[in-house]
Formats: sequence, structure tokens, C-alpha cells
Amino acid sequence: MAGLGSAAAAGYLSATPAESAPATVPVADFQDIGTGILPFYGDRQSGITDEPPAHGSFVALTLAKGTDRAALGRLMRLLTDDAARLTRGEPALGDTDAELAVHPARLTVTFGFGPGLYRAAGLKSPVADLPAFTIDRLEDRWSGGDLVMQICSDDSLTVSHTQRMLIKDARPFGAIRWVQRGFRRSAGVHKAGFTQRNVFGQLDGTANPKDAAMETVVWNADHSTQLVVRRVRTDIETWDLLSVGDKENSTGRRMESGAPLTGTAEHDEPDFTKTDSTGLPVMPNFSHVTRAHVTDPALKILRRPFNYDEAPDAQGRPDSGLVFASYQADIVRQYLPIQRRLAEKDLLNEWTTPIGSAVFAIPPGCTEGGWIGERVLA
Amino acid sequence: MMLTRTVVAVAALALTTLAGCGSSSDSTASSAAPAATATSASATAAALTVRDPWVKAADTGMTAAFATLVNNTGADVTVESASSPASPLELHTMTMKDGAMVMEPKEGGFVIKAGGTHELSPGGDHLMLMKPSAPVKPGDELSFTLKLAGGGTVDFTAVAKPFAGAQESYDPGMSMPSASAGAHQ
Repeated sequence: MAGLGSAAAAGYLSATPAESAPATVPVADFQDIGTGILPFYGDRQSGITDEPPAHGSFVALTLAKGTDRAALGRLMRLLTDDAARLTRGEPALGDTDAELAVHPARLTVTFGFGPGLYRAAGLKSPVADLPAFTIDRLEDRWSGGDLVMQICSDDSLTVSHTQRMLIKDARPFGAIRWVQRGFRRSAGVHKAGFTQRNVFGQLDGTANPKDAAMETVVWNADHSTQLVVRRVRTDIETWDLLSVGDKENSTGRRMESGAPLTGTAEHDEPDFTKTDSTGLPVMPNFSHVTRAHVTDPALKILRRPFNYDEAPDAQGRPDSGLVFASYQADIVRQYLPIQRRLAEKDLLNEWTTPIGSAVFAIPPGCTEGGWIGERVLA
Repeated sequence: MMLTRTVVAVAALALTTLAGCGSSSDSTASSAAPAATATSASATAAALTVRDPWVKAADTGMTAAFATLVNNTGADVTVESASSPASPLELHTMTMKDGAMVMEPKEGGFVIKAGGTHELSPGGDHLMLMKPSAPVKPGDELSFTLKLAGGGTVDFTAVAKPFAGAQESYDPGMSMPSASAGAHQ
């Protein structure tokens, strides 16, 4: 193994098994991902329509009793200042681990307000908890929340440090309700714009709106948007029992390419009218894509999920799934109809179970000197 | 958040030429935090910049304020004293006493070398809020005024942060008969 180590140190890794003559491939040149900075200040919050990085953490808080509108203003001033500094690679004020702040790696911090925050502030909430769906097996420990902080970066240690600093400033105002951490492909594995794979191996997010369509889907005129976070457990043990063909029928897409069963490339439009020799639709009417399909582009949602994979149990059964996150201008208009159709009929429900659910209004961004939520709470 | 404030000291300090003033742009530009320049009738140059000020939040008892003091001039600047509507203030330093670090009043004030910076930080020099009139709550913004040798003043606002450190023992020494001794939270 010393040979492998020294080869690696020299910038080369063996790409073939040890028994054959080692052909070497150069390790990709160092790419500076650590210094990547996304703007914090602006009309809109970051971490929404920008390309999702490798790591995400969602931290939801339950506000302490007596946290009123004035206290919320103090809280958001503190958190805004922390986020503004950390996202540009500077330590937070009073940062006890300043050396962990220097590699933002496209760090974003996005704040969302749950219905409980508006109640605490004496305001009408633009979002309401989702109705119960028959497929739900929701657990309190993954559901609800008055305030959410979505922390995303291509570097996991940066997410960890940012989360620590934000929680230190937030906890005088409330308690941690849940934290959901997830991951996608690492930076440099794919070109930007590639669709990520989930723990089922499926391409996940193919139908996401792009560019101008994304604008309409996500943003309200006041630069606010709305977030749904659902923890969806995947039953990989039973998924493993399926043939590739069965897996593909459950979603209506090819596992390898992500192409709809009526097409050949990932972004081919599915043809729901096409039938096979037996007269049945090629895109099964119970498939996930068929059920989730939206014809009016304005009624789409922007999926921005992260995979999770916690420790397996003693029998080796995985605890994994999706921290599903979607952004849309209006949850009721866009998300709910899709979710109702999926809850009613979607073969994929056989292997997936929603165990957490939360909704948040995402206030507009702020300019330097301002703070997130000022137009709501000031 | 507007936490950094470039403030202008009066004539005595401002005498130190425009060259010193020019260096202030370097100091403030290196900080990405916004810097507001306050001018007063008697002032002609920004002598001292207070960068990244913050206060340790405290429900009760004494607490401390921290910042980076930046001297934008070609001459040493001395902070003689500090005041705040929130509390009586003292300039404190940390010193070794009987084998332990304790804080005590800083004799002669804080001297910020020409063109230099001076850290007020947990475990080091700081502004001590001896008896806050109200709890210093996280997110509160407190006003401070530094009084410079020669008569200039520097105003700034510092935000209160939850902070677990900075639990130094206080040794008021002989010059502080009225202050209550002991560890502060």
C-alpha cells in the first residue's frame, strides 16, 4: 500500500486492480472550490435558485415563549450579520473558531419563517401547515418549526461551523426543533446543471424549471418565495428486490439516463399518449412522473433536495432518504396540487414514506445595513 | 448591519497630516463591513476607526465590549476613557496575578500605535461594563463613546452577542474600592 500512497502523493492514482500492470490516470488539477462566494445581500435571498452545492443543513427552531416581534428583530439582526460575514469567508463577530470561516465554498444561509413565527409577531402568516396526506407517517421530531436556516456549501466543515455560529446566536430566542443534513454529488464530480441522483439511484430533479421559467415558478413580485421541507424515508431493502424494469416503471424514467420511457434522453418530454403493443400507456399512469407532471409551467415547483444517509441499524438496514426541499412562489397554488396527486396515486409511494413536513415563508433579501425579515418584522 | 463606524476625532489628533488619513482607506477597505464616516464641526480627519464592535450579552452583572481599534494616523492615539448610556465603563487589561490571569484597570488607557491596530478581545484588553442599568439582551445595540487623549471622541454602536467565553476573574486592585470583585458572567 506504500506504493499506492506514494503514487497518490505524486499526483497519480492507480485506476486498475493491482494484479494488472498499473495504468495511471492523472488526478484532476486542483480546483479552488473553497474561495467560491455567492452574494449574500440582494433583493432575494441566496441558496434558492443557485446551483445546489454538495452539502445542505436545515435547522428549524421553536421560538421560546415571549419571543415577540422586537425580539425577533434582534434575532434576525444577529443572524443576518453572521450570515453576511460567514458567506464572504470572514469569521462571525465573536467567532471562537475564526480559522474555520475562511473557505466559504459557495456558502449560503437562507432564512425562512414558519407559521409560528408570524403568530409570535402578531402577524398573519402567508404559509400554513400542509394538510394531512394518507401516505404521511409524520414524526414530530422532523416536523414543524417557527424559523428555519438553510445552510449550504460545497464544504461540509464550513456547513458545520456556520451552523454552530448561527445556533449560538439563535438559542437565546428558541430551541432546536430539528436539524436535517443532506448531501448531493460533490463539486467537480459533475458539470454544473447536471441532475443529481438520489439514494434510489434515480436522477432527481429533471423536470425542474430553468432560467425564465424558474423566475415565474419561484419568485413573487416582492422577491419572497415559499419553502416546503419534507423528510422522505426510502425503503431501500424492498427497493433492492425490484428488477431494473420495475424500478423504471415506478417512476416512468430510465434509471441510467433518466429519459422518460417514451424517449431516449433525460430532457425528452414524456409522451403520455404513447401506448405499447398491449394498448397500455408506455408511461404507466401510476408512475411518479405521470402523476407529478405539470402542464402549465407556472404551476411547477423548484426541487432542491438533499440526500440523507444516517447510520444503519444493527441488521444493516439503511436509514436513508431525501430531505425534499422545494421552492415555489405559492405552496397552495403550486405544491399542493402536485402532492395531492402523488398522495392519491404514485407507485413510488410503495418504497417511500414522508416522515417529516414543514413549511416556511422565505422573506426577501436585504441590502447591506439591513436585515432579513425587516420588511416583515420592522 | 451597520456595526463599524469611522469616527472623527478633533483637532489635536487630526493634526497628524493627510498622509495618515490616506492610510485609513486601507484599513477600512480591508474590512468588508460597512464604515460610516461621521463628521463633526471641529474634526478634520478620521483618526480612529472602530471595527467589528460587539458586546457580550448578559442578563445580570458586569459584561464587556470588544472591537478592533484602527489608528489611521501617523501618530500614536491613546484612548483615555470610555462611556456609554448603558453602563459605567472602565478600560481593562488582563494580567498575571498569583499564577492566574485576572483583569484590572488599564493604567494610562489603550495606546494604539501609529498606523496600527489594537484588539479588544475576550482574554485581552476590553471595555468593561461595570454595572449595566438593564440586561444586555442578545441583539441589543449599545452606544459607546471613546475619549481620546487630547480631547477627541469616537462614537460607535456595538451589537450584543451571546458568548460563553470571556469569564475572566476581576481584580479591581487598590484604585477601584467601590467595584465589586469576583468573577463576572
